[in-house]
Amino acid sequence: MEKPHGTAVSSGSGGGFWFHLVFTLLGSLLLLFVAAPLLGLFFATSGADLVAAAADPEITAAIGRSLVIAMVATMVCSLLGIPLAYLLARKFFPGKALVLALIDLPVIIPHTAAGIALLAVLGRKTLAGGFLAKFGLAILSSPLGIGLAMAFVSLPFLVNAAREGFLAVPERLEKAARTLGASPWRVFWTISLRMAWRPVLTGMTMMWARGISEFGAVVIIAYHPMTATVKLFSLFNDYGLKQSRPAAVLLVLVCVVIFIVLRLLARTGGKGRTRDA
Amino acid sequence: MLELRNLTRTLGDFVLAGVNLEVGAGEYFILLGPSGVGKTVLLELVAGLLRPSRGAIYWQGRDISRLPPEARGFSLLYQDYALFPHLNVAGNIAYSLRCRGVSRREAQGRVQDLARRLGVTELLDRFPATLSGGEQQRVALARALAPEPALLLLDEPLSALDPNMRLSLRRELKRAHQETGAAFLHVTHDPEEALYLGDRVGVMLERTIRQVGTPEEIFRRPSDLAVGEFLGMKNILPVTTAQAGICRVGAVEFHVAAAGAGTTQLWIKPEEILLSAEPFASSARNQFPGQVVDWEPLGMLLAVQVDLGECRLVSLITHESFSGLDLARGRSIFVTFKSSAVHCF
Repeated sequence: MEKPHGTAVSSGSGGGFWFHLVFTLLGSLLLLFVAAPLLGLFFATSGADLVAAAADPEITAAIGRSLVIAMVATMVCSLLGIPLAYLLARKFFPGKALVLALIDLPVIIPHTAAGIALLAVLGRKTLAGGFLAKFGLAILSSPLGIGLAMAFVSLPFLVNAAREGFLAVPERLEKAARTLGASPWRVFWTISLRMAWRPVLTGMTMMWARGISEFGAVVIIAYHPMTATVKLFSLFNDYGLKQSRPAAVLLVLVCVVIFIVLRLLARTGGKGRTRDA
Repeated sequence: MLELRNLTRTLGDFVLAGVNLEVGAGEYFILLGPSGVGKTVLLELVAGLLRPSRGAIYWQGRDISRLPPEARGFSLLYQDYALFPHLNVAGNIAYSLRCRGVSRREAQGRVQDLARRLGVTELLDRFPATLSGGEQQRVALARALAPEPALLLLDEPLSALDPNMRLSLRRELKRAHQETGAAFLHVTHDPEEALYLGDRVGVMLERTIRQVGTPEEIFRRPSDLAVGEFLGMKNILPVTTAQAGICRVGAVEFHVAAAGAGTTQLWIKPEEILLSAEPFASSARNQFPGQVVDWEPLGMLLAVQVDLGECRLVSLITHESFSGLDLARGRSIFVTFKSSAVHCF
């Protein structure tokens, strides 16, 4: 019984040598394509240029603006999007497929078009824009407008990741908690969200990072005040590659650091649990 | 205490139809039925996790059909334990207490007490993923008992366990029932659990309750053929015609002791059927020639199937008798049993 099984495996892995080699080479090419420009960016930039860029108040202000606005957009969208993600994970209703498709739409439409669409609905001369203007709120060339543009194009990452997270929580646990005397609110807080926090946090991180890196929708709504990506674009336009590169490195660094920190945060949380468990 | 009146629930194609049931205070009620007849749906209706489409649920005379589960306070014990993986054992047991606003210290005392009673004290700091099935179910039982429910709902609580663990947990359930004085409504497909645990048993077939009674009543007098067959009873035969002292199944005439005009089915206990190579004279009134069809082991015994032409009977014999009779498929054989071995209903 054991022997033919063993032979089958070894002959399988023998035949798989070329297969694995080819697939590894193909995959490596793609990885190189991602890594090479980023590494090139870093190596072509001197430390002095980088320090100079970091000392430039316009550049740091733009980066700070991007971080803060994207963060606020993520927070507000989380308040609305996490409940939506939970409903989409738990409930069945007519038109659910349509809602799911709608959530994914911002990812696939051109982001400049998204910016134009937002302006068309919320611009000064529209009904909604007029309403906002009564409270002294404007969309065009305002942090509010930038935040809306960022939110629009990045919220699918949050909703989808959170929904996946809630789907992985067995509904039976929620039911058991209800019979033990927990209200639906308490069940959500102590069971559903408590168990799904890692994918939810990952979704928030992705949304934040995606918001920071948004350009197309933002530039339509606000050239000024400048976000990091718009600043980068203007540096490139005005001064060319050499002048814009240090700022680019700085922005990439900021994004990568945020990404790594939050990934680690989520990972160690998860690891701690498995070690405990 | 608990009363279900014409309880009906539709879930897509599934229908739980018009269930009427009463469970008394402190009673251990077993709902017995094959999978897929809606036992879990029934429990979730009682727990408040589902709303009935029609009918009502009464608790101590009050209609609670619209009450949310947290207001009913009937703990539900699931087959797969449903322990919270992100909480340790102590946290799991304390969950209901924290929901009720019991202070951390008081909860701790109660958790210790329950853990001691269920023998899980050593596990309090562990997480559910590291526990065996039996340990998980003990913890789940402790968690379900923590809020001191007046009614505990159990959904196939022993089915996922290996046989040894099942027996030990079965004892644990019986003890918990006696100690708490709570009513237990326990759903299972295993007739043995019904015999061992049930004060009363309801047999559920085809999405409604067919028969309710004590385990003895149910096993002695199944209300119909389907119930008897589900209980694993062999030799239930439909009666064609019946008169005083005689029941006919096709052309085969069975002598019966407590007779019956009006008998529609009869049941002959397989242990009471003798097999012999030759006919013999005795006080037993029933003796028929037949042919051995097949046999299979059943516990320590062998169940031998004998064809009487119009019907088949199963006889339970020991391995020694089997080799003594030198049985083979198709061999002619005689079956013999007393008329008092034939139960009419």
